[in-house]
Amino acid sequence: MTAQLVQLAYVAAAGLFILSLKWMSAPATARRGVVAGEIGMLLAIAGTLVRHDVVEYHWIVIAFLVGSAIGVPLAYLMPMTAVPQRTALSHAFGALAAALIGTAEYYRHLPHGFVMGALVLEVLLGFLTFTGSLMAFGKLQEILPTRPIVYRNQNIINLALFASAVTLGVTLIFRPELTWIFPLFAGLALVFGVLLIIPIGGADMPTVIALLNSYAGLSACAMGFALDNKLLIIAGALDGSSGFILSIIMCRAMNRSFTNVLFGAFGQVQATAAHAEKRHVRSATAEEAAEMLDSARLVIVVPGYGLAVAQAQHKLRELYDTLTRRGVDVRFAIHPVAGRMPGHMNVLLAEADIPYDRLHEMDEINGEFPQADVALVIGANDVTNPAARHDRGSPIYGMPILDVDRARTVMVIKRGMSPGFAGIDNELYYMDKTLMLFGDAKAFLSSLVKEMAAVRA
Amino acid sequence: MPFDESVLFVFMLAAFLGFELIRRVSPLLHTPLMSLTNAISAIAVVGAIVIAGEADAPTLSRVLGFIAVTASTINLVSGFLITDRMLKMFKKRNSEKP
Repeated sequence: MTAQLVQLAYVAAAGLFILSLKWMSAPATARRGVVAGEIGMLLAIAGTLVRHDVVEYHWIVIAFLVGSAIGVPLAYLMPMTAVPQRTALSHAFGALAAALIGTAEYYRHLPHGFVMGALVLEVLLGFLTFTGSLMAFGKLQEILPTRPIVYRNQNIINLALFASAVTLGVTLIFRPELTWIFPLFAGLALVFGVLLIIPIGGADMPTVIALLNSYAGLSACAMGFALDNKLLIIAGALDGSSGFILSIIMCRAMNRSFTNVLFGAFGQVQATAAHAEKRHVRSATAEEAAEMLDSARLVIVVPGYGLAVAQAQHKLRELYDTLTRRGVDVRFAIHPVAGRMPGHMNVLLAEADIPYDRLHEMDEINGEFPQADVALVIGANDVTNPAARHDRGSPIYGMPILDVDRARTVMVIKRGMSPGFAGIDNELYYMDKTLMLFGDAKAFLSSLVKEMAAVRA
Repeated sequence: MPFDESVLFVFMLAAFLGFELIRRVSPLLHTPLMSLTNAISAIAVVGAIVIAGEADAPTLSRVLGFIAVTASTINLVSGFLITDRMLKMFKKRNSEKP
């Protein structure tokens, strides 16, 4: 009887998870989606706790308490700029849980056949995602160098390592009783996770996080196969497909393939970029810029991660308010890879109270640039480089960009002339219609706001 | 345990459903989406509870199960809470709540 009730609880939970993702599609219903997910989770946990094979509650309760004591501050104290790091950490925790459950199952039952196959997959993906996500966390937190770490024959060594891990895994599927192989297999998976992520540069983190998301989901899915639990399979498949789709979107947004992101070590310091000939740029003061902004009808702001680094989101909101009050139409153009994870820039701007109906995705807003009087670029670089459209020799050729150069006037707030992540010069800066506004984004935006007040005074 | 192929059907259907659902999510919400799916995949806690709570589980299972329950609880608690915290920030013009 209890067994049927548990299954009913699981079915309801699966339905609620699906609804949760469905409601997540639009801001108006998204919060309802969170509630649905929470109820589903509570049902599933309650259902599991009453299962007849669960008898020892002591440690489970302590683990719940410890987990909540860590989880609650993690959710409330984390600044929005650090959300990518938190996400990487939670992929690590999720993958660790899956890998450890697989390990425990293995030593307890030494399963055979299909179950052992699923278990090997679960442990392999779990452990490599665990260390890989920790590396991604380190890079995002800048504990580790964000530039790719490369060495000779890297791809061959990594591939050999992965092949050995798979070989050991396959051996275990056929001879599960060879328990001495298991620690070796787990160890290789852990090492491979580290080596997989260290050659990947900081700018590729959005793709990597999405990909690790997908792996963590798949390892939960494999756990579902190993434990014959359909709820786990469904939740894992939803998570896995979500990560997979997001990583495809990120790859397309950078015109890169998976192999190129994973093995290309993009963003190494390029020695060739050193031939910086002195080209002429026009610069302007805050006063001049404020006058132009004041007389504009449509201003499109292009924010990049540099904006968040300078903590300038709130100053940007002040500028948005001032301009909007004067009847200027202000919109924000968000490139899919703006920020450190998919959709990150939207969250950062929403936190600064910029209404979300002003935030436009690339395909939606690119047609508007020719009508814009001013395109204001803050902390974004490579995603505005027109070379991506026409210069076949450029490393970013073919990458979809925001057509900033088609606006009547372009303003770029930037500290100096240093190149972006791709290590190349941005020809946007040398155009006749471009005004460089040199300075720290936060300081410059606040002087812009001050000058705006003076314009009408 | 005999092989039950119905799990493969469940997987295939769930994966297709996942693709269709996620494709519809506005890019505006990709970050909260990721933290939500993260929280949902903390359903691994179900497997962890069984490992940690079995009647005659050896010490190894208890210890690994304990760590797994803790790690999943961190994910599900912080995942749901931070998703909601982010979603609360998304406001339309001239309106207080989304």
